[in-house]
Amino acid sequence: MKDTQHAGAISQFKIRIEEKTHTGADGTHLTAIRDLTLDLEPESMTVLMGPSGCGKTTLLRIVAGLDDDFAGEIDMPPHARLGFMFQEPRLLPWRTVRQNIELVAAPGFSEQDLKKLAEAVGIVEMLTRYPQELSLGLARRAALARAFSTEPDLLLLDEPFVSLDERTADRLRRLLLEVWSARPTTAVMVTHNPREALQLADRLVVMAPRPTHVLAVETIDVPQAERDAAMIEALHTDLSKRFPANFAGM
Amino acid sequence: MTTAEIQPRTRSQPTWYMRGPWISTISVAAFLVVWFVAAGVAQSRLLPGPGEVLDYVIQESLHGDLIFQLGITLWRVVAAFFVAMVVGSVIGLLMGEYPAVNRVLDPWLILLLNVPALVIIILAYVWFGLNEAAAIGAVALNKIPNVVVTLREGARALDPGLDEMARAYRMSAWSKLRNVTMPQLQPYFATASRTGLSLIWKIVLVVELLGRPNGVGFELHLNFQLFNVTAILGYTLAFVAVMLAIEYLLVQPFERYTTRWRNKPV
Repeated sequence: MKDTQHAGAISQFKIRIEEKTHTGADGTHLTAIRDLTLDLEPESMTVLMGPSGCGKTTLLRIVAGLDDDFAGEIDMPPHARLGFMFQEPRLLPWRTVRQNIELVAAPGFSEQDLKKLAEAVGIVEMLTRYPQELSLGLARRAALARAFSTEPDLLLLDEPFVSLDERTADRLRRLLLEVWSARPTTAVMVTHNPREALQLADRLVVMAPRPTHVLAVETIDVPQAERDAAMIEALHTDLSKRFPANFAGM
Repeated sequence: MTTAEIQPRTRSQPTWYMRGPWISTISVAAFLVVWFVAAGVAQSRLLPGPGEVLDYVIQESLHGDLIFQLGITLWRVVAAFFVAMVVGSVIGLLMGEYPAVNRVLDPWLILLLNVPALVIIILAYVWFGLNEAAAIGAVALNKIPNVVVTLREGARALDPGLDEMARAYRMSAWSKLRNVTMPQLQPYFATASRTGLSLIWKIVLVVELLGRPNGVGFELHLNFQLFNVTAILGYTLAFVAVMLAIEYLLVQPFERYTTRWRNKPV
């Protein structure tokens, strides 16, 4: 076991997974990840793109510490704070939006901070409501606010805009970028939507089919705010040619 | 309350007789009338009318020991209830959470579910003597398998997604229990206590009848030997009134409070 600690103000995250195998209820083994190495660039948005079922969600769960049944190691600062946006909002239905956020917020998270965050994601009016009274789009905003309320060292996003209509999803992506740019955070996002990936990523990680590993890391140097539709299309066309399994036909 | 704002929009206004307690009141009044008429026709001390029974309850409360006997029985109900809820919940949650525990305890659970209450009571008295602990223990033991079954279902229905959320956000064990686990189990606790109270007070009467020198069950036994039907009905009605008060003044307000986040009324 090697255990490297990194000095310095900015948190380092290094992911090395030799193997991750799922055991099914009937005893069959399924290798989800093999020989995956990924260093996260601090304060940048890393987007994982891969065919569905390739083990992206498994990877996020391992990084979040929700699954420690794997061979390898995750090198991250002790007591790193996490923000996690799941595929579903996963708010507590019996707590108001405000309580949902305050329950997990960082120590010292003030009323002022809450107000600012709620304003940024547009849920000020919803703070006293229960999650059942919110639309899926609004619940996702609340989940986004909750993820940032922990003032995370690492932000994990597991297809957070799936099953929204394209307009709502697009608005939420821009919201995410705004909140994220205001407080740059090391972030990992999983998606199977190539345009979403190209719109948000600083670094685009192309994943292999199961058992997954890193095929390539593409760096996109243009700041997210300056990317227009034409540029995203050009990037998409280029990547479709080079990685047809991941990008073609989407 | 936000729920109050939502309801008028989602539900249509009911007709006047569906609002308020009209139908329930008429239903109870009709029963009293039938009872009154039947007692008038029978003219027997084996079927006293509602007036006589009410009079008995008032006289016994003021001058007899009805209040004392009710109190004794109520204390036994409460004690057995808490023992059963605590022990049953812990076992049920463990069985729901850990399949191995479930394997070990499941045959015993099925056995206990099927042993008649009377057998448990008799054995408890025979083995542990005619004392308060044996009485309350026997009642609790009759209720425990019920609580176990309900809470085991509750533990199995816990949402793994919310559990992951709590772990990802590093919630403390206490915060997770209070904010994530207990609210999910609330309907199961409510069901277990609802069915629990009514079952327990019926069994407490049997326990008192068989081996206690006081309580409603003891009085029923005494008055059965005297064929005093007025007293039997009086004691029954008085205790039913106590249980109704508990239901409406404690159980239901508590349930409304814990389910206030739901969009539908309880």
